Amino acid sequence: MNRILKKTQLSAEVFRLEVEAPLIAHERKPGQFIILQVDDSIGERIPLTIADADPVNGSITLIFQTVGKTTHLLADKQVGDSIAALLGPLGQPTHIEKVGHVVCVGGGIGVAPLHPIAQAMKAAGNKVTIIMGARNKSLLIMEGEMRKIADDLIIVTDDGSYGRKGLVTHPLKELCEQSPKPDMAVIIGPPIMMKFGAETTRPYGVHTVVSLNTIMIDGTGMCGGCRVTVGGKTQFVCVDGPEFDGHLVDFDNMMKRLRAYKPREDADHQAHHCHLEEAAKALEKQ
Amino acid sequence: MLIYGIPEFRLPKTIVQNELDILKKMGVKVEMNFVVGRTRKLNDLIEKDGFSAVFVGTGAGLPKFMNIPGENLVGVFSANEYLTRANLMKAYDTGRAHTPLYHSKKVAVLGGGNVAMDAARMALRLGAEEVHLVYRRTEKEMPARVEEVGHAREEGVIFHMLQNAVRILGDANDCVTQMECLRYELGEPDASGRRSPVPLAGSEFLMEVDTVIVAIGNGSNPLISQTTAGLQVNRWGNIIVDENGKTSIDGIYAGGDIVLGAATVILAMGEGRRAASSINASLAGT
Ligand SMILES: Cc1cc2nc3c(=O)[nH]c(=O)nc-3n(C[C@H](O)[C@H](O)[C@H](O)COP(=O)(O)OP(=O)(O)OC[C@H]3O[C@@H](n4cnc5c(N)ncnc54)[C@H](O)[C@@H]3O)c2cc1C
Ligand code: FES
Repeated sequence: MNRILKKTQLSAEVFRLEVEAPLIAHERKPGQFIILQVDDSIGERIPLTIADADPVNGSITLIFQTVGKTTHLLADKQVGDSIAALLGPLGQPTHIEKVGHVVCVGGGIGVAPLHPIAQAMKAAGNKVTIIMGARNKSLLIMEGEMRKIADDLIIVTDDGSYGRKGLVTHPLKELCEQSPKPDMAVIIGPPIMMKFGAETTRPYGVHTVVSLNTIMIDGTGMCGGCRVTVGGKTQFVCVDGPEFDGHLVDFDNMMKRLRAYKPREDADHQAHHCHLEEAAKALEKQ
Repeated sequence: MLIYGIPEFRLPKTIVQNELDILKKMGVKVEMNFVVGRTRKLNDLIEKDGFSAVFVGTGAGLPKFMNIPGENLVGVFSANEYLTRANLMKAYDTGRAHTPLYHSKKVAVLGGGNVAMDAARMALRLGAEEVHLVYRRTEKEMPARVEEVGHAREEGVIFHMLQNAVRILGDANDCVTQMECLRYELGEPDASGRRSPVPLAGSEFLMEVDTVIVAIGNGSNPLISQTTAGLQVNRWGNIIVDENGKTSIDGIYAGGDIVLGAATVILAMGEGRRAASSINASLAGT
């Protein structure tokens, strides 16, 4: 069970695994996730979004970035190895509907969970504009797959090594200023990016959906560890989410909760966040 | 719950393991990492997978929170999360376990049941210097077993009766620093027959704590009822069964905390046995 059928490295830190999981492949819908435990009983449990599934083959696709111990362990697994525990599909599926023009915004690894949603939005008859962002060209993933879906594809990198130089919020703002403005935005990426993405669309009243990836333990509503404040109310990401109205999420509290266990956060990521934050603040002032 | 909720010092896991081993020897097959309602719908088990009857014993669900300001600060846990981190993920085993532990010095536990006592005693074992148990009635009204209250006191848990938290305060990083409480007195008996606590106006005071554990009970787990059409639940979400443990759907039975609300191991076991004999009787056609 849970055998790895295929493994590809998408960038320096990003891997794609195709894992045998026939029941999950059959039931899963866009927006849902699994919880896995790489090795024995003392391993940490982490949530990962189901990036794709093949019900005929009985497999699901997971795309992840090596950030902590567990994701590094997972990256060490080879084809033929098994993942100790795989639980899912969890969470509420994305609400897919024909609304008109949907802007899908993916930052870094967030492009992976965005893919099935963009696909479903397109299949439902929407015009789909995709904005993809990464720190630099080598960290950009799934460009080919996204290009197949998008009516328009905009790529931005922080350093300008590919596509436009800047942040995903720049083209997002331009789209919001157009007439007619987009009917909906789906933003998935690092919390800081989702926060400023939502701030970008807010003044234009463009309905904005974000997908939250909080710390989880059971993923079934048992512990409350994944809770966030949405519109002043406490919500459990694993059962009420993972998708919420981006204009109602208290991102500042969520980011602080995410950092609760990682004073050791990788300096590189920290620098990136600060850079993003500064740039986004500048944008806010405009 | 016997594994991840009730701590080892109260219920040695070897006892639970022995019980499980007996079931396995009797021919019971255990499917792990399978969330009924998500991995497979309850109806599918009967309609497609050939099971003649199903017993639902999914236990208590979503932990209740106080709904007070500051409850989503870093350092506020449900008892479920706190105990699960310690019991199941062995977070105390910092040398081996990958699950990070939150280091607490001064802990407040809110509640007066067995779960609150377990959480308080666990906090002491995890190295807290002071553990304060805060309950809004008096010791006489505490739902915990007298023995458990005695054990907690003997181990050094500090009891604060007729007090309750109204607000949790944090620092710039959203980490808990203080808890604001109110004092109470007992008034008229309420619906449960216990004298209800009445707040004393102007009695606010601050308690210095870095961790708050909320142990005020659980709601019901909505997953099965949400994903099973026709399954009747009461207004608290508990599954409704007849005197034989049968639900509103033929072939589906239920018992334990999902029917009773948070109750006891003995009651849950009794309900399981009763349902098993009615399932046997109904399958034998009597
Ligand atoms: C800290 C603590 C202390 C306690 N102390 C005592 C005590 O001293 N004495 C006492 O009698 N009782 C005590 N209890 C209560 C007791 O644990 C419960 O009453 C009892 O475990 C209920 O049994 P159950 O079989 O109904 O549910 P549970 O034991 O909760 O088991 C339910 C199981 O179903 C699983 N599940 C849930 N949803 C699904 C799904 N959709 N698909 C598949 N599986 C699912 C859960 O993961 C869980 O393993 C305590 C509880 C806690 C948390
Ligand atoms: S992860 Fe435990 S309630 Fe969501």
